[in-house]
Formats: sequence, C-alpha cells, structure tokens
Amino acid sequence: MHFLQISQVSIEFPTPKGQFKALDGVSLNIRQGDFISLIGHSGCGKSTVLNIVAGLYQATEGGVILEGKEVNEPGPERAVVFQNHSLLPWLTAYQNVELAVKQVFNRTKSKAEMKEWIEHNLELVHMSHAMHKRPDEISGGMKQRVGIARALAMQPKVLLMDEPFGALDALTRAHLQDSVMEIQNKLGNTVIMITHDVDEAVLLSDRIVMMTNGPAATIGEILDVELDRPRDRLALADNPEYNRYRSEVLRFLYEKQRKVEPFENAKKKNQTNNKSSKVA
Amino acid sequence: MSIAAFLKQPFKPLSSFSGEDINRDKIVEITKSVSLPMIGLAVFLLIWQLASNSIVTSLGDFPGPSQVAMQFNNLIEEHKEERANVQKKYERQKVRNDKKLAKNPDAEIIWRKYKSRTTFFDQILTSLITVLCGFAVASFIAIPVGIVIGLSSSTYSAINPIIQTLKPVSPLAWLPIVTMVVSAVYVSDDPAVSKSFLVSMITVSLCCLWPTMINTAVGVAGVSKDLTNVSQVLRLDWLTHVRKIVLPSAIPMIFTGLRLSIGIAWMVLIAAEMLAQNPGLGKFVWDEFQNGSSNSLGRIMVAILIIGLIGFFLDRIMLLIQRWVSWDKSAVIR
Repeated sequence: MHFLQISQVSIEFPTPKGQFKALDGVSLNIRQGDFISLIGHSGCGKSTVLNIVAGLYQATEGGVILEGKEVNEPGPERAVVFQNHSLLPWLTAYQNVELAVKQVFNRTKSKAEMKEWIEHNLELVHMSHAMHKRPDEISGGMKQRVGIARALAMQPKVLLMDEPFGALDALTRAHLQDSVMEIQNKLGNTVIMITHDVDEAVLLSDRIVMMTNGPAATIGEILDVELDRPRDRLALADNPEYNRYRSEVLRFLYEKQRKVEPFENAKKKNQTNNKSSKVA
Repeated sequence: MSIAAFLKQPFKPLSSFSGEDINRDKIVEITKSVSLPMIGLAVFLLIWQLASNSIVTSLGDFPGPSQVAMQFNNLIEEHKEERANVQKKYERQKVRNDKKLAKNPDAEIIWRKYKSRTTFFDQILTSLITVLCGFAVASFIAIPVGIVIGLSSSTYSAINPIIQTLKPVSPLAWLPIVTMVVSAVYVSDDPAVSKSFLVSMITVSLCCLWPTMINTAVGVAGVSKDLTNVSQVLRLDWLTHVRKIVLPSAIPMIFTGLRLSIGIAWMVLIAAEMLAQNPGLGKFVWDEFQNGSSNSLGRIMVAILIIGLIGFFLDRIMLLIQRWVSWDKSAVIR
C-alpha cells in the first residue's frame, strides 16, 4: 500500500456553459519522504490537484487516500503553504504559527512545550529575529518563511506547497529553496510542490510530475531525479545529469506540451505515459 | 472652534507637537489645519448674520449668531438658577428639620426630595442616554445577525427581503406601534425606566439596526478566500474562525455600519422626541416652537447647533473606538 495515493481523480466545475472538466484521470502514488514537484503550463490544473489533496476541493470521480484513509475534508495533517503566504495580517509571525500549533497540539503539548515548538519552527526557517513582527512589517520572502514555519509546525504527514516561491524575486527564491532543502534533509517530510520553474523542480525534487495542458488535464510524464543529496545549486550548474533532467522537463513543456497543441495528440501521449507512470 | 479643529486631527501623535522636532513644514501644516476651518467658520457666520438681518418672522427677527450666543448664555443661566433653587430648598428643609429636632429630639422628620424643572441641559443628557442605549441595543442585535447572514448565504437569502423591507421605514411610522406595544407590554407598578424612554429607545433601535447589519454582513462575506482556506486547513471551529479570522477582517466594514447607524440613531431620536413629546432635545425644540416667545427661535437655533455638535462628537467617538479595536493602526480612517 502506498503512503499517499491519488487514484483516477477527475473533477468538473459547473460553468454557465455547462460542466468544465479540469482534470481527467490523474493517478499518482507517493512514497513517504518523497519530494514531488508538479509542473505544467499555467491553467493546467496543478493547483486543482493540490487542492484536492488538501481537501479544499472534492474530486468528481476517484479520490485521494492517505495512509489508508480517504481524504474528504481539509485538515492539518495535510498542511498547505499558500502561494501568497495567507498569513493573518492582524497576527504577528509568532501568533500566526501559534494559531496552528494550538489547533494541532492543544491536547498533547503543555503551554511551555508549545512555545518552544513555535520558536523551534520559526528558528528552522530563520525567522527568530522577527517573530514578533506583523506580516506588513516584513518582506515577501520573510512572509513566505513564516508560512512554511506555520505549515511545518503542524507536523503534517504531507506538506503541500502551492507555488510557494512564485511571488518572490530570484535571489530570495534561491535563498528559500536552500532553506527548504535544508529542512527537507532534516525532517524528511513528504512534500508535493507546485511550480512552473524548471530549475526549481529539478533542484528540489525526487520526482517531477509533468502535467498536460487542460482542459481535462492529466499526468503526462514522470521523471525520477536521482541526484545525490544534499544538492548544491552551484555545483549542479555544471553537472551533466542535472542538465539532462532539466532539458527533459523543458522538452516536455515546450515541445510535447506546447500550449497550441491539438487536443487529440495530447491524449494519445497521456495514455502511453500513464503506463510508464504506474511503473514509477 | 479650536475644539472642532482639534477633532479634525484627533489621531496625530502628540509627539509631533512636542518641542524639538517641529520644523517649518509642520508649523505650516498646523497653521493650515487651524486657520482653514476658522476661515470657513467666519464666512459661514458672516453669511448667517447677513441672512438673518433680512428675514422677519412672526416671532421677530430670524436669530443671527449674536442672538443665538445670547440665548445660549440665557440657557446656561436658567440651568444654574434652577439648580440653585433646588439647593436652596434643601437648605431650608435642613434648617427647618434641625429646628424641629432641637425642640423635640423624638420628632418625626420628613426629608423631602425636590426635583428641579428640566432644563436644556437635562434634555441633552436624556437624549444622549436614550440614543446610546438604543444604539447599543441595536448593535448588540445587528452585529451577531450580520455575522451569521454574512457567513451563510442561505440565511442571507432568507433574511435579506425582510431587512430590505424594514430598512426604509421612517421612524415616524414606527412610533405609534412602538408606543402602543410598550404601553401594553411594559406594565409595572415600580418601573425601572419610564415608558417614554423605552418608546424613544426602541424606535431608535429599530431604525439604526439596518446599516450595521448590512455592513457587517458585507464585511463578513468579503473575508478573503485565502484566509478561509487557512481556517479550513487548520480545522478551526466556528467560534475561533469568527474570532480570529472573520471579525478582524470585517472590522472596517462593521464600523462603517456603526457610524452610519449612530448618525441615523441621533436623527431618529430627535424626530421621535418631537413627535411623541418624550423628554429630550426634540421635545425642547417643539416646546420652544409652541411657546412662541421672541426668544424661541434663538433657543431653537441653540438646540440645532448642539444637536449638530453632538452628532459630530458621536461620530468622532466611534472613530476613536474603531482605531482602538482595529489591528491596523496605520490605516487611514476618515
């Protein structure tokens, strides 16, 4: 049995013109401790997959099974790092994390333990120096760090990250990617991350899941990234393996899944690719 | 006027007025903020004086600023006189009783209570208490209902037609119903509050419920989807969700509603007092009108100005409260 199983998930949204099928037969098995990236053109339904795993959307067909239990509502064991940080603007960094910690550990941890745990998680994302500042007093990168700390503090079984660095400048993004790798090395979380940045996907992931274009998007190809950890972005820049992975993803995105491609071709490819994905 | 000028800038940190860091810009800014309202006031007074000179009513000249100021002084004098009279009565009573006791230590002593006639300032106090009670009752109902209908679109659909129908009803239409209902329901030998107070208060409440309710509902429904997602992922229970997420983000809209409501409450109260002859500023205006002395118009003008100033103060107080409860102290609140 797999740790996290996304099985034949389809979803339809009602629109004035009738039902719109956003996802069609998405299947993916994830091992514990895996770092998975979902990559694809915008509008292909990456976020929809994540939201279904989070429980914020309900699949029309198929479903998600986490440790043998079906997912049908949101919960802290599937913590989400939102694209725009989604911190409560009226709470400080500490209080934002506290809200999550209180919710999850209210019965199991004492007050002192909770305080320590909150501080520990803020330390983990290097935010100890500004933990009593409100979101409007810190930079975008720092807000996202707090968002990550809040998610980690829930001790989730799966960490879901929805384009966590999408709104950040390149330097800040690199910093945060390093932080995420460092934390991942320490904690070994199971992570699903959505991205449209090829370098980010190759650098961070164990597997890259490439999605076809919508409507009725599904998984196109899955690429196993077998680079040694810890990974160093400078060393990898000249690594031929790294560049091979990179070009493979690029080829998928810009050759096989050009946004103008006729729908029929994509479908054929999906069917062949789905077979290979089951092996993975 | 300096008070009003100050109230226009109530949120400037005091430090900006303190000695060392006053530079030229600040002096210019302060002079502007004081002088511009003063100029406006001066022009207004001038036009008023000119207009009053050319209007003659059956009760004499239309009162200009100077007559109104005089009448205001008269009202203060009357108030002082009335209070002094009562004080004298008590003193006489004490002397009388002391004498009695001196003659016969066992004599039965009666301490009477003397009531002063209601003066202008008593009427102001009555109106203020009534409006605040009515407003408090209305807010106490409107905010929770607003939260509930803001969170659930089905309750909103169920209640909205009722709100929209009751909202435009004039206070004067409510008044007869409220009077009759209060007379029928509120029967007590030893009433804690007078019937007239209840009638005015309930009428005020009925009219100022709606802006708060609607604005709260809109504010609550407008909570960002991202934040409700956070709440869902955290599995916050309903109460925590409302306390930690809904209320803080709806505060500006709630206060917009509260400020509209307190403005309406104040207007409604004066009208209700006039119509129902319930004690308060409205009754004062009506009595003066019926009285029809040559001073009446001036005294009515005093009441009008006081009504306006109190309305202005009430709004400023709401702003101060908003600033106090709002998390975002830097937000510009007008």
